[in-house]
Amino acid sequence: MACINPDGTLTPSAKAALSALSLPLATEELAKSIELPVFRIRSSVREMLKAGLIEEKEGKYVATKLGRAKIKR
Amino acid sequence: MEEKIISETREVISMPRLGEMAPDFEAVTTQGTLRLEDFKGGWLILFSHPADFTPVCTTEFMAFAEIYPELKKRGVELLGLSVDSVSSHIAWVRNIEEKMGVKIPFPVIADLDKRVATLYGMIHPGESKTETARCVFVIDPEGILRAMIYYPLTTGRNMQEILRLIDALQTTDKHKVATPANWKSGEAVIVPPPNTQEMAEQRLKEGYECKDWYFCKKNL
Repeated sequence: MACINPDGTLTPSAKAALSALSLPLATEELAKSIELPVFRIRSSVREMLKAGLIEEKEGKYVATKLGRAKIKR
Repeated sequence: MEEKIISETREVISMPRLGEMAPDFEAVTTQGTLRLEDFKGGWLILFSHPADFTPVCTTEFMAFAEIYPELKKRGVELLGLSVDSVSSHIAWVRNIEEKMGVKIPFPVIADLDKRVATLYGMIHPGESKTETARCVFVIDPEGILRAMIYYPLTTGRNMQEILRLIDALQTTDKHKVATPANWKSGEAVIVPPPNTQEMAEQRLKEGYECKDWYFCKKNL
């Protein structure tokens, strides 16, 4: 999924993923949590890591301060 | 008289090979930028179509969408491809939903630079120099290319054969057997032929349905 719109806001699926990542989750757990295929989650995680919206901690991903702030916009 | 040298260059088409790792790629799709590795751990059918907004391809997309739930039950994802742009793909899948009432649930690669098409030998210049043929690549959870089907531009693919192929490959992996011609899920399978004389003698005593030592079937 493409996470970030051209205007800098998040796509609905990225918002759902970031909201779920208020707690650390592995990609498979995140896929189950927001009911999206694993391949889309892997792509999304890659994009959100690059944008600094999430970070990796011991094989799981969690929203950063920037990521949490983005959800509210 | 000036001698004219006519040089003929023939493009060599690289083809992926069965039993080897499927060529890796990263591509723009209708569902974001995807890599082959994003599908690892599950089965993947990568398929190409000649062009968006064409009638045979439209029937195929609707047919792929129809078998998608059956594929999901088998742990298989679908990934389409053509050399059209992502905007064209988006417009086409929206058109299919609007005019035909069929939602396309799988991503479609916009392979404008033909990078993935070239890696997988999808362009057959004898058919078309600019469009991909109707190719199907079955890639297993380890990323190994397990089966390929190539159809010409004029002939739409048979979805039941694609489902049958997936069932056959998964049955082979699970039970270490082979499947005979026209096999369908639930029918008897082929027991791999013995490799030694001793095994051949033993084979006829093992309770399989045998025509001869090399030709035995069993029910799963």
